[in-house]
Amino acid sequence: MKRYTCIVCPKSCEIEVSWSSAGDLEVNGNGCQRGREWITNEIRDPKRTIASSVIVEGGEREIVSVRLSSPIPRAMIFPVMDEIRKASVSAPVTAGDVIIENVLSTGADVIATSSVLAKED
Amino acid sequence: MENRGIVIIGAGPAGLAAAIRLDELGVRDILILERENSGGGILRQCIHDGFGLERYGESISGPEYASRLLEEIGKRGIECRTGSSVIDIGRDRVLTVASARGTEIIKAGAIIAAAGCRERSRGAIMIPGERPAGVYTAGTAQAYMNLYNRMPGRKAVILGSGDIGLIMARRLTLEGAEVSAVFELQDHPNGLERNIVQCLDDYSIPLYLNHTVTEIHGKERIEGVTVSEVDSITHKPKAGTEKYYPCDTLILSVGLIPDNTILERAGVIIDPVTGGASVDEHYMTSVPGIFSAGNMLHVHDLADYASAEAEAAAENAALYIEGKLDTGGNIRVAAANGVSHVVPMRVSGNGPFTVSLRACRRERNRKVEIRQGEKVLGWHFFPLVIPSQMITVHSDAASGSEDIEVSII
Ligand SMILES: Cc1cc2nc3c(=O)[nH]c(=O)nc-3n(C[C@H](O)[C@H](O)[C@H](O)COP(=O)(O)OP(=O)(O)OC[C@H]3O[C@@H](n4cnc5c(N)ncnc54)[C@H](O)[C@@H]3O)c2cc1C
Ligand code: SF4
Repeated sequence: MKRYTCIVCPKSCEIEVSWSSAGDLEVNGNGCQRGREWITNEIRDPKRTIASSVIVEGGEREIVSVRLSSPIPRAMIFPVMDEIRKASVSAPVTAGDVIIENVLSTGADVIATSSVLAKED
Repeated sequence: MENRGIVIIGAGPAGLAAAIRLDELGVRDILILERENSGGGILRQCIHDGFGLERYGESISGPEYASRLLEEIGKRGIECRTGSSVIDIGRDRVLTVASARGTEIIKAGAIIAAAGCRERSRGAIMIPGERPAGVYTAGTAQAYMNLYNRMPGRKAVILGSGDIGLIMARRLTLEGAEVSAVFELQDHPNGLERNIVQCLDDYSIPLYLNHTVTEIHGKERIEGVTVSEVDSITHKPKAGTEKYYPCDTLILSVGLIPDNTILERAGVIIDPVTGGASVDEHYMTSVPGIFSAGNMLHVHDLADYASAEAEAAAENAALYIEGKLDTGGNIRVAAANGVSHVVPMRVSGNGPFTVSLRACRRERNRKVEIRQGEKVLGWHFFPLVIPSQMITVHSDAASGSEDIEVSII
């Protein structure tokens, strides 16, 4: 048996997983169905979202905060971070703007989570 | 002097949610006063996701959570005066507000104080040694990186396992810095379990419980720290356990405390355990007409809960200005076995209420029980209670004057 902490919601349920003799996955302790889905993926292919910031050219602020639109495989975190570090955008940026589409073919977009106005001359 | 209906102090997730709720209830004269030049509170610098799961049913970042609230404020035409710091609350709810325009005096029908909390800093924890550069509170390091694009350093040690420290451990690692370890004085982590998993475990950053920094090395800039194991009960460093960690950055995430200087000045009784006002089940302080909610009342792990609490405070403030809030009796609510603190600290006995509490220890299969003498007013079973996670339990109305005890059994 193995214990995991579900990270989907703040309830942080402790999920216990084990395999029956027939090889079926047994899941206990999950407070809801989302937790079951999460643990099934967590065992096979753990996924995470990340947040960072991207340089803004000609903006009122130097950077804009960004996040991924959906979780990516854990192994892709650092390669995706490299892409985020290389990126830059021109002001104005509006929250929700796609900064990098389908980053490294993960299916996730890098999106702005705040807005930056253009600098007034 | 300006006369206003309900004045809200602070435009964070608590203050903004309170204003929206008041507007929904038909209160028209609402004024939000915010010290900073934009609203959103601490969420502006919390760029990670994990906000809004309760309120919006999806996981969004702090800035997005804040802008949803701010948009709603704008749409409803609620007045939010930014760059306006409340510096004093006098008798009869008269506020002194400092801004670029000078000093303004505002009389409020009711006040909802939602001005958040501040970080404990190094002074509050007393590490001997030099005072070199490179020592930051986690919130300051977070603001540097997320608002101003400044990297605090390349090799960091984190003291304290509060959520901000955990989030910063991940953020620094993602940005290419090395985080050697997180050290926690207590025998349990201070931050949420989910943050231990996705901020430390994912990046193989070790967490050492019952450890603390006992010396800071370096003259101009920090060069390293000495870390010692501590006794789990007395928290005294154990001789012979010292270990040196080289670093150019020490991040302190040793906890948050409500900031209540302005309420204290208004004569509000402060609870010595929470550091926030002592309130009844209506979130009203000891001074009639002054309510408090969010991190200013007690530290919340989740913005969603801070918002929800402030909505409840708003509902009661709305009743208060109409003269319809029945404050009733004064029954004490006490934290008993296994409970570190409770909110509210007293109830009127007029109706059912909700208790927020924190556990002293991590324990499995426990029941939280709310009891008045022989009578159990409410209880809830939890497979696991953890100090870092706030618990809420509903209770039936109390009666008489006997104390209410909240315990974990
Ligand atoms: C680093 C970090 C990570 C977090 N992570 C999460 C998470 O993943 N998910 C989640 O749900 N929650 C998270 N939280 C918790 C959440 O951010 C807080 O619970 C929430 O912000 C509390 O809201 P508040 O309105 O009470 O306080 P605040 O957000 O602090 O707002 C208080 C406001 O009052 C203003 N103010 C203060 N004094 C005065 C004055 N005298 N006059 C006028 N205005 C004043 C301040 O400028 C501020 O805008 C995190 C918190 C931190 C610090
Ligand atoms: S199992 Fe469901 S309720 Fe429990 S933490 Fe996961 S998402 Fe939340």
